[in-house]
Amino acid sequence: METIDLDRSDPDFLKELISQPGGEMISACFTCRSCVAGCPISSINKDFSPAKIIRMALLGLKDDILKSDFVWLCATCYTCQERCPQGVSITDFMTLLKNMAIKEGHAPAGIRAQLKLVKGDGRIYPIDDFDNKKRNKAGLPLLPTACDAIKELF
Amino acid sequence: MKYAFFLGCTIPARARNYELSARKVAEKLGIELIEIERFMCCGFPIKGADMAASNLMAAYNLSLAQEKGLDICSLCSSCASALAEVAHHLSWDEDEKARINERLSAVGLEYKKGPRVRHFARILFEEVGAEEIKAYFQKELSDLKIAVHYGCHYLKPSQIQDCFDEVEDPKSIDALVALTGAELIDYQGKKKCCGGPLLPVDENLASSVTKEKLDAISDAGADALCLVCPFCSVMFDGNQKSIESEFAVEYKLPVLYLTQILGLAMGFGRKELGLNMNVVKTKELTAKIGL
Repeated sequence: METIDLDRSDPDFLKELISQPGGEMISACFTCRSCVAGCPISSINKDFSPAKIIRMALLGLKDDILKSDFVWLCATCYTCQERCPQGVSITDFMTLLKNMAIKEGHAPAGIRAQLKLVKGDGRIYPIDDFDNKKRNKAGLPLLPTACDAIKELF
Repeated sequence: MKYAFFLGCTIPARARNYELSARKVAEKLGIELIEIERFMCCGFPIKGADMAASNLMAAYNLSLAQEKGLDICSLCSSCASALAEVAHHLSWDEDEKARINERLSAVGLEYKKGPRVRHFARILFEEVGAEEIKAYFQKELSDLKIAVHYGCHYLKPSQIQDCFDEVEDPKSIDALVALTGAELIDYQGKKKCCGGPLLPVDENLASSVTKEKLDAISDAGADALCLVCPFCSVMFDGNQKSIESEFAVEYKLPVLYLTQILGLAMGFGRKELGLNMNVVKTKELTAKIGL
């Protein structure tokens, strides 16, 4: 078994987590691993374990989590959150960790591209004239090809 | 029955077959779907990257429907869940509401009391009801064996969705498909995710999740898969061919939206329901019911 070097532990990390939506209940986790048992990702990729991520958070292993690739492997299916007997909002907790990771500069390229597209164009698949042509042909109403409000919001 | 029709991003660009068939079914049942041109993305795709921005986008959309005094109907499970979640959050978090309203004032909106958000399938199940839907049926689909995939955000988080169906043993979509006379096929891992949200992170992992489900559905002997979410369709229908070549398997499993299945029972034709736009060919399937 790998030894954990607790010099890497950040004692403020847990405080930071439990003060934010999704992190409030993580101290209640008693590692029953119901989350892992139901996780569609854990069953395929052993690197991903919600229980392990919660344990790492409780130990204050901030960098190990936020710089990891695995934090992004949660598909947000909510199976774990629905089943957690301790009321930990595990999916919301994973979302919180992803938000923190990207703020620290760590996120997959695909996630960054998606963010840029949505905040820039207001749509993940912007509508162009070609789309409208196809919509028209199918008898569907045309849609605006630009979203002005997005520029005002951000 | 009147709803603001929230299309989201994926449907108008990549799932016109879903939109077409849903509009047909809605019209038949007298559900009025009101277009709101100013709607933008629901915020779900950027929730992991920027929750504050995602909440703001959802609140913007909710405010537009609220302005018209309408509840929202969504065909996409992720849109429905993301919008409902923010409406729920803003019902108790006054600080967040104030922060959001400060930003919304830039576009002349104010979030007050959010509208109700409902998935189209939930409206059919809860509000229209089985008897009313059945009254419009003209065709028996008893020669079809259909497996249902619920996906995640149609049901979850259950608290946000008022626990309208049982998360661990969902029945609403099966109940709607059963009305058509089709045989329902159960399969292993029925409640599992399609893998779609992982596409921008790890394509191979996303496909592996989808493959596991396609394997189980094929093994169970289904003629077709029934969906209620356009993003699930990207995985099961749009990517089925690439999954087949990546893993050297063959499914050729037609993937239909619930609204296409109900539309067939209502007597609509293939083109009217956009069945010609489904990626995996559906001709052999509809030939079984004489189309």
